[in-house]
Amino acid sequence: MSGTSYDVIIIGSGPGGYVTAIRAAQLGLKTAIVEREHLGGICLNWGCIPTKALLRSAEILDHANHAKSYGLKLEGKMTADVKDVVARSRGVSARLNGGVAFLMKKNKIDVIWGEAKLTKPGEISVGKSTKPVVEPQNPVPKGVKGEGTYTAKHVIVATGARPRALPGIEPDGKLIWTYFEAMKPDVMPKSLVVMGSGAIGIEFASFYRSMGAEVTVVEVMPQVMPVEDAEISAFARKQLEKRGLKILTEAKVAKVEKGANSVTAHVETKDGKVEKITADRLISAVGVQGNIEGLGLEALGVKTDRGCIVIDGYGKTNVPGIYAIGDVAGPPMLAHKAEHEGVICIEKIAGVPGVHPMEKGRIPGCTYCNPQVASVGLTEAKAKEQGRDIRVGRYSFAANGKAIALGEDQGLIKTIFDKKTGELIGAHMVGAEVTELIQGFVVAMNLETTEEELMHTIFPHPTLSEMMKESVLDAYGRVLNA
Amino acid sequence: MPIKILMPALSPTMEEGNLARWLVKEGDTVSSGDVIAEIETDKATMEVEAVDEGKVGKILVAEGTEGVKVNEVIALLLEEGEDASSLDGAAKADAAPAEAEAPAKSEAPAKSEASAKSEPSTPAAAEPAAPAKAPPAPAGDKGERIFASPLARRLAAQDGLDLAAISGSGPHGRIVKRDVDEALKSGTGRKGADAPKAAAADKPAAAEAPKAAAPSGMADSQVLKLFEEGSYEVVPHDNMRKTIAKRLTESKQTVPHFYLTVDCELDALLALRAQLNDAAPKDKDGKPAYKLSVNDMVIKAHALALKAVPAANASWTDGGMLVHKHADVGVAVAIEGGLITPIIRRADEKTLSAISNEMKDLAGRARSRKLQPQEYQGGTTSVSNLGMFGIKDFAAVINPPHATILAVGAGEQRAVVKNGALAIATVMSVTLSTDHRAVDGALGAELMSAFRQLIENPMSMLV
Repeated sequence: MSGTSYDVIIIGSGPGGYVTAIRAAQLGLKTAIVEREHLGGICLNWGCIPTKALLRSAEILDHANHAKSYGLKLEGKMTADVKDVVARSRGVSARLNGGVAFLMKKNKIDVIWGEAKLTKPGEISVGKSTKPVVEPQNPVPKGVKGEGTYTAKHVIVATGARPRALPGIEPDGKLIWTYFEAMKPDVMPKSLVVMGSGAIGIEFASFYRSMGAEVTVVEVMPQVMPVEDAEISAFARKQLEKRGLKILTEAKVAKVEKGANSVTAHVETKDGKVEKITADRLISAVGVQGNIEGLGLEALGVKTDRGCIVIDGYGKTNVPGIYAIGDVAGPPMLAHKAEHEGVICIEKIAGVPGVHPMEKGRIPGCTYCNPQVASVGLTEAKAKEQGRDIRVGRYSFAANGKAIALGEDQGLIKTIFDKKTGELIGAHMVGAEVTELIQGFVVAMNLETTEEELMHTIFPHPTLSEMMKESVLDAYGRVLNA
Repeated sequence: MPIKILMPALSPTMEEGNLARWLVKEGDTVSSGDVIAEIETDKATMEVEAVDEGKVGKILVAEGTEGVKVNEVIALLLEEGEDASSLDGAAKADAAPAEAEAPAKSEAPAKSEASAKSEPSTPAAAEPAAPAKAPPAPAGDKGERIFASPLARRLAAQDGLDLAAISGSGPHGRIVKRDVDEALKSGTGRKGADAPKAAAADKPAAAEAPKAAAPSGMADSQVLKLFEEGSYEVVPHDNMRKTIAKRLTESKQTVPHFYLTVDCELDALLALRAQLNDAAPKDKDGKPAYKLSVNDMVIKAHALALKAVPAANASWTDGGMLVHKHADVGVAVAIEGGLITPIIRRADEKTLSAISNEMKDLAGRARSRKLQPQEYQGGTTSVSNLGMFGIKDFAAVINPPHATILAVGAGEQRAVVKNGALAIATVMSVTLSTDHRAVDGALGAELMSAFRQLIENPMSMLV
């Protein structure tokens, strides 16, 4: 039975699952991973990565449209070819998808292809996959194991999440899209309603706006990107509106009427009126929900709560031998959170000393709309809500040499410190390339630096990163270039 | 690439050990299973076996080196066809051991604050075998570097905590915010001046927080100041001493001890013992198959008493009471430089001769420090007997997670009153220390009563 018996089986090969598998293999555990559709999961095939490819096309188009302001002249007009933009995005996914297959092989991790179901603790049965491979993705990798019964001392559920649907506004794949359809449009819609302004909604809104569509974003909360700091969100909103996005907050899509090739959204605004917005397509981006169904969790008594598996700080469920990590184990539903949760889980299983539960206050979040938004830790409102005495520093892109030289002088970096201890408890950014900047503060938080070490850190000149230091200095009334 | 021989973890909790002795030298050929070195852990000396075969290329950690971290490379083994030249790269590589090869190493926290304080983290190999370490410098606050995050340092300073007294849970034992938060909660590391105030402030919380304020005693520098230099010799602590100090301090500070003393008449037991020993079958050299001691019978009686009063065979945890199904009796054995408590497992189910012979074996190996960790870790109670020194009665410190320990005094002839008349009897006083969280007074008394019944009616131990 050695062929079908493992130390650990991971169900789902998204960023959480496959990283956990590699770490397990590094720790000397006999490891298998089950996948039914595409190695790399949503992140790599239908989420984080292909959207970044689309947004890169949008960014280049935006730059080209502003060529004049850089003293450059573009003869004729630059236009997007939707087919090629999508093909490039799919190609990026396909390349990485093949990369995961290579990593599994390199680490001697068995890939089992099909639908997994927990039959009892330590045993899964794998049935035929119900999901077809979507072209132009790579076909099912060679050498995978198939249907059958497999046993493992530890089973880690890493099945991720899928788009949530609102009753009455269920995505139909034609007029009402989820991110799946929005990722590979066959024609560029001329107008669009985006329902929900979280990271997914606002990124697609930004992309389609760059591609020339009239976009209306409808958000029930008072601000776009509701989890972000209110000041940063307001700043981003102003920039997005400047780019021609229409944003309705405290508004709700109550009803959608479908036409032959259009939809009409009935939007209830905060003053109680109903606005009818007709557009080519509607994107439903009202959040995601965990994939907890069909895994046999109920029969085994695995505890779930609001569509997610309940775990402790080490990924353990209430049933011994069954673990969960990533989106299926609850928010924040982010690939990097899933990866780290998986590493903690497997290291705990392997008995690596010094493993601690994740510090959830130190998980960064990035949104790649134009302008970009990035953050880590507490927002100003949350910090105050917790009764913390704080110092807040701000620094504007308009005063940074590199930002001005780049022609990207609209942005803000905000830092929040605990007044008494000098602990950096939050950092929030909006503007060009901030998604690449935030890690500096994440490292600082993890090393538990205080304002003092940050002030003594030499940031290179001229860079956008200098604004990070200025923001810290500002929190202590010592800002230099402002 | 030469094979790295790593410092083994001889028990799940082992973080470091002393490399006591090399049994091979550079150039020796070893094959799998050969004993190559002896490692001294908290309480035992263990043998390290070679896993691979080859020639010992280089010994990187000299014998006598203390505090060698688990998974540190201690020697390099050359495979067939390799010569000394291949050592260079490997020796360099282990300055920063590749994570893939020793995944546990980089994460292994140097938990013991002792190691952080008195043993700087210089690679052990760099330190030549120096059996007599320099006496601890009467360093004040500015001793060796303490690894702590900036935030942890600031929090400790603001709350008046001594970082040296806090153990770090971060990478490589770095003290991080959560450790300071933890210390604040438990009261560890409060600086001298603040202690009384802090302790008073803690009182209301003490009931629900068993880890209440623990004054950490006098600092080394304060103690040294009281003695003239040269009027003493500093004997470095070995791991056993450190473990004894740590565990017993912890026990007295966290376990509410409660004591019960009872006198047991021994005459019947002594008579039975003599009878049993006389009847022991002898082998061809005339050596008896067993020779029972009073202590063997005490072990058995204590185990049977625990079976009769099962609620007393328990361990306290915050989450719930562990009520043990077997009576595993630890027996304190004094050995050179300290003591150790090997365990007679399921003593309630064993015959007196089995207990006696097992005890002889365990005590013998304890004295030569050859016990395996599983032979002295765990147990549900212990017995400490100082009767052979003429001690009449004493109270022992509980060895957590046990809830009880039985301190046994000498059996001696005493005047007793029987049926209204003075008589002579051999009497032994025993004192049970109980963890009052787990074993209340009446329950402990019930246990002692059962124990006395067995001792005074020893035949009942045979059925």
